[in-house]
Amino acid sequence: MDSFLEEEEDEEAAVGRKRSPAAPAGSTLQPPLHLPFLPVLLHQPASSHENKVNFKKSKEACLSYIQDAMLQKQWKRAAEFLTFYVESLEKDYSREPISPSEMIWRIGTEILCHHSHSSMKEFNCFVEQMKTLGVKRYLKVCLEHVFHLLCNGQIDEAYQNLSLAESWRFGEQTALQDKEMKLIQAYRGLLDYYSWSKQKNVLLERGLDGFADLSVEQEMHSCFRKAAVNLKEIIKIPGVWDLFVKCYVDLLEFYGDHNEARQVLNEYAYNSKFPANPNAHVYLYQFLKRQGESKKSVISALKILHDIVPSHELMIDFNTMLQKSKKRKKRRLGLEVIFAALDYAGWKENVKAWSCLARQVKQIVISEKHLDWIKQEWNSRKDWWPAFHFSRYLAKRNWQENKNLSYEKALVAGILLGKDGKYFKYVSHQGCKAQVKRFRILKKFVNRRNPVYLRISGLSDSSVQP
Amino acid sequence: MEEEEDTRDFNERCAQCSEVNWGLTDGGRYYCRSCHNVTERTREVVNTDFMTNSRVQTISKGSRKQEKTDGGCEWYVCEGFQLILKKQAEALEALGVCSQMKDEVLYSFWRCYLQKSKQAYCNRPAGETVKALSVRESSTDVDSEPERPSLLHLLSLSESEGDLLTDCSFASSMSKVSESTSIYSGSVDGSLYLMKNQKEKLRMTMPTTLSFCYMALLWLREPITLSELLRFVVEGHIPYLNVFQHFPEKMKLCGLDLKIFCVESWPVYEEVYNKMLELAVFLDLPRFPDITDSCFLHPDMLCIKYLMEANLPDELHNWTCRVVKKIGIGEVDFLTLVPGNKSTRKVKYDILAAAVIVVVLKLLFLLDDHYEWLLSDLAEERNKNNKEGGLYFEFKKWYEVVKHSLDVEQKKLDEERAKYLWRCEKPLFYSVKNKSRVLKRRQMVVNLQNQFGKLSGSVRRAEKPNPSSFQLRWSEENTDGSCFHGHSLKGILQEKCGLLTAMNPDYWLCTVKLCNEKLCGHLAHYREEDFPQSYHFVLRLFSFLLRIQPSYIHDEVCMIEHKLFNKKLYKKLKYNTVLRK
Repeated sequence: MDSFLEEEEDEEAAVGRKRSPAAPAGSTLQPPLHLPFLPVLLHQPASSHENKVNFKKSKEACLSYIQDAMLQKQWKRAAEFLTFYVESLEKDYSREPISPSEMIWRIGTEILCHHSHSSMKEFNCFVEQMKTLGVKRYLKVCLEHVFHLLCNGQIDEAYQNLSLAESWRFGEQTALQDKEMKLIQAYRGLLDYYSWSKQKNVLLERGLDGFADLSVEQEMHSCFRKAAVNLKEIIKIPGVWDLFVKCYVDLLEFYGDHNEARQVLNEYAYNSKFPANPNAHVYLYQFLKRQGESKKSVISALKILHDIVPSHELMIDFNTMLQKSKKRKKRRLGLEVIFAALDYAGWKENVKAWSCLARQVKQIVISEKHLDWIKQEWNSRKDWWPAFHFSRYLAKRNWQENKNLSYEKALVAGILLGKDGKYFKYVSHQGCKAQVKRFRILKKFVNRRNPVYLRISGLSDSSVQP
Repeated sequence: MEEEEDTRDFNERCAQCSEVNWGLTDGGRYYCRSCHNVTERTREVVNTDFMTNSRVQTISKGSRKQEKTDGGCEWYVCEGFQLILKKQAEALEALGVCSQMKDEVLYSFWRCYLQKSKQAYCNRPAGETVKALSVRESSTDVDSEPERPSLLHLLSLSESEGDLLTDCSFASSMSKVSESTSIYSGSVDGSLYLMKNQKEKLRMTMPTTLSFCYMALLWLREPITLSELLRFVVEGHIPYLNVFQHFPEKMKLCGLDLKIFCVESWPVYEEVYNKMLELAVFLDLPRFPDITDSCFLHPDMLCIKYLMEANLPDELHNWTCRVVKKIGIGEVDFLTLVPGNKSTRKVKYDILAAAVIVVVLKLLFLLDDHYEWLLSDLAEERNKNNKEGGLYFEFKKWYEVVKHSLDVEQKKLDEERAKYLWRCEKPLFYSVKNKSRVLKRRQMVVNLQNQFGKLSGSVRRAEKPNPSSFQLRWSEENTDGSCFHGHSLKGILQEKCGLLTAMNPDYWLCTVKLCNEKLCGHLAHYREEDFPQSYHFVLRLFSFLLRIQPSYIHDEVCMIEHKLFNKKLYKKLKYNTVLRK
């Protein structure tokens, strides 16, 4: 109670109305404090949390510094922080999804690959340590090492490393890394293929001179056998093995085993266990073409490719092939294929594609049969193709850059959008102005065929039918 | 079957397939029977035979036992801590603390601790578990005859064990015990140390060593605050982390000793502080020497230091003194530590002084993200017109200058934290079994450090910086105008009836109601986004200087505010309730 009173007095002194300013007792020179007013609304804050610096947090922070540095390609800085991060190897982190040893392996590899002062020797030394660090990913580390050696052109060292890794045995760990082992073997097969093809070239050159070397030939065949065994193994497993398949087929074809090659390629393309892979169909198509196979099988290979990748470059060949066909159904498919290809921006300025489309459309218009094919294709495209392909801006640019392209496109535009379409109008006007003959013919053709446009676009349907 | 027995205790889920189906490899590692994932965990050998016997482990008098086979000698946990305290005291002495601290104060605190915890210097060393025999200086003290344990104590032992507790049987049981303990720890009592029910006793830990140091410093009223002490620890001026590497060669550390002496985190202010209070009570210490206004720890003194470090005008000191006086936190009775007196709140001198400055800044500048800028603009205007005489303090300029330095220093600190090397040259292993693995790892770490150190371009961490009580330095000799110590507050003060008061007529409270510190652990709660940025900036500045969380300063700010506004607040709340009615 006493203190309460004292304070009361104190405050009065501060206000200084009742007493003289110099009066406050006890304090020497300092005037007592004058308190300001409190706000109308008072608010209540919430809690905070603690932040203890310990080994783990420190290393986590270190890791994020490394990542930042790597993202900015500051390899020196990344290396600097990594020197401090490696300590985490000494702690047991077995419960974490990615252990520090894996981090160090990946980060260290990346730094050594990019750092300006690192050397192959240094890299090898690092990788050898990483191999002893984690049996669980021994083969993975080996494989990455091999890739790095290959990228640096050290093919013999790479081969040695692959052989070494292949002979690695570590109890059940070897079994657990079965997939990696298959890959190791496959890559060794690939390198065998590489030396096979080198020797093949040597022999072919010498063969022209009429001089064959038996030992080189023997060596070449032994390479073939080693390569073939391993390559055959890997492509049995579902997966994307483009490189291995190509090499294996090359080997088979060289030794005349076409049946085996066909079987391999068919399996690779059609086995449903394998992931969908456009290249599988490309390889098959190329093989069939090389073998001079029937149109039917070639077309079926390309049909699947069309389903997977409608924008594939082989679609031009496919369309040409189909247009020539006598069967209506195939020609119909051809139109579909070329329309679909041109849906993709990559084809926008491809003269070949546009001329394919122009040729087929023109044919249909002249024969006046199957106009409904065009109509069907156009239906789904009429609200976006005009802006995508046939704008006035594009007309101008195409005309300036490529007269052939603008001719083909103008033909298609004239048929699809009529003589008043922006693209056709601009191009035909420019063509006539420049007095180019084919443009004048084009103009006449389109003008005469204008009713076709009306039918395609569905404008005439209601007016003509009744 | 036997394997099942062995893996029974390990029932964590597998990281790969989350099954709990463990087997043991030949190497003693756990592997998952479902997915064959091998963990890096090894089975901890728990010798249950030993457990039942452990309570008999009593040590007799006499000289140190002969050396063990591995070249180590018998030693006790408390001896380890004693060595650490000695090292720490020596380091403090080297920093300029008076020699009394080591030779008298800390020494007698430690002696008292050993006595109270019945580890040494007592007539009847703790019967139930361990009696540390020789504390170096005076092993004779412990030579007093061990008496038979009390009746109460005997109840806790089986009869046969009770029989063993005779003088003559000690020697024979002793050798057995130390053999079996070697699996657990290098020290004689390491394994027991962590098992003991220590409720009534205060167990030594690594942070507690710092509590001891701080208590001794406080007793001597040395000019060093707790936050400073902890900063010196982190900066490596006071041994703490890996301090065991200074143990003599013969004191082997392994097993549970690692859990005791090997720390993997920095000491936390609150923990060390609270342990210090506990210790003072445990040791039955009397009232500490008075903290008067001539002491470094007095808020008026500390405020000078922090005002300087925060680059604030000297004139503000006048205001901090007035706040200190007004709410009586400069009183001897408020500031002096009285162990066990539950009615008074214990003072954290450094935080208190920082909070006083924050409150003063709030009084003068309001720190509501608006008013301080307004004042700053006015001051700028005046500085333009007024060429002669001292400069008016511009909040904006101060903010810019200090923020820049703070950001730079904070970044440096963060990087240093990330770059800290926690491990020392001396490798530690839990048991002899994984010794070779540990050594191999250590070698690899060193190799990798060398390899990437070469690529990092920067030379290995330079010598540790000289200890300094200032982290930010501002000098008036600098002509770039980055020092605000001499700036004047005139612009923001006004004369009212002959008194200088702040122009600012308003104030906002950080909180209306304080929490119960004993129940909730905090007086108040701080969330950055709830507060003006200027306020947060000021907290962050002091949080950096003291190396503590901003919320601790915020707590103290709230406490001061409530003392300051107690009556006004009381009136207002009452008025509000009246209004509502």
